[in-house]
Amino acid sequence: MPLGIFAFFATLAVISALGVILQRSPVHSLLALIVTLLCVAALMIGLDALAVGLLQAIVYVGAIVVLFLFVIWLLNLERDPEESGRLGIKLLAAVGAAALVGELTAFLTRTHMSQQTVNSDYGSMAQLAGLIFGNYLIAFEVTSLLLLVAVVGVVAVARRWPSPRLANRPPTLSAKPQT
Amino acid sequence: MTPINYYLGLGALLFAIGTVGVLIRRNLIVVFMSIELMLNAVNLTFIALGRAMGSADGQVIVFFVMIVAGVEAAVGLGIILAAFRNRLTVNADEFNLLRW
Repeated sequence: MPLGIFAFFATLAVISALGVILQRSPVHSLLALIVTLLCVAALMIGLDALAVGLLQAIVYVGAIVVLFLFVIWLLNLERDPEESGRLGIKLLAAVGAAALVGELTAFLTRTHMSQQTVNSDYGSMAQLAGLIFGNYLIAFEVTSLLLLVAVVGVVAVARRWPSPRLANRPPTLSAKPQT
Repeated sequence: MTPINYYLGLGALLFAIGTVGVLIRRNLIVVFMSIELMLNAVNLTFIALGRAMGSADGQVIVFFVMIVAGVEAAVGLGIILAAFRNRLTVNADEFNLLRW
């Protein structure tokens, strides 16, 4: 990937990542997150990882982000109220993040990495599938078990149990549709 | 040709931004978005290092990380729904039942 295109996508990714954490409205944060994810997907494709980049665009932006949107819509979230009086944790977060970036940058600038040349089928779905159903077959099968457990767990957690605490609260999620 | 170090630096920066988001935001949904941001930064690092070494194993790991991220988002949002049903808020400061 040429340096100019990399700089464009990297700048856009960083700006929109800042938008994710700095905006008050969760929906705006989510839109910024979509831009970041698409930029990262473009960078992945630029690194010859075509299949994974497309998976990133489809699975993340198409499924996970829509799940977030669904929950924001279900909870009817408005803008966050202004937070105040938590300067200490913000200062600590800024210092910690700056230290993390400084440390990693110090490592990266001192490391010399040569880039190997790769075949034309590098990062293709065929090569990926050969690895997944070869060396990583056990991990792949365990993943299916993980997904099954997650489905059962989510249904158990998010199910509406009859709760006496909710009896004297204003109805929100349990409100019946007005017909 | 962009040096691999630039990609790793971008990954570090995105990861740090995600960390700051987890620390300073109180909205549980935005905290989850920040976690997704951190996972993505690590994914980019895996891809960049895999490309530098000429091996496709990094991409397989990213594939698995994506699956785990999807599971984590589903379970986490289910927990947020259940918590919202009890407290009618998604502000993390309101959940202090286990606080000492």
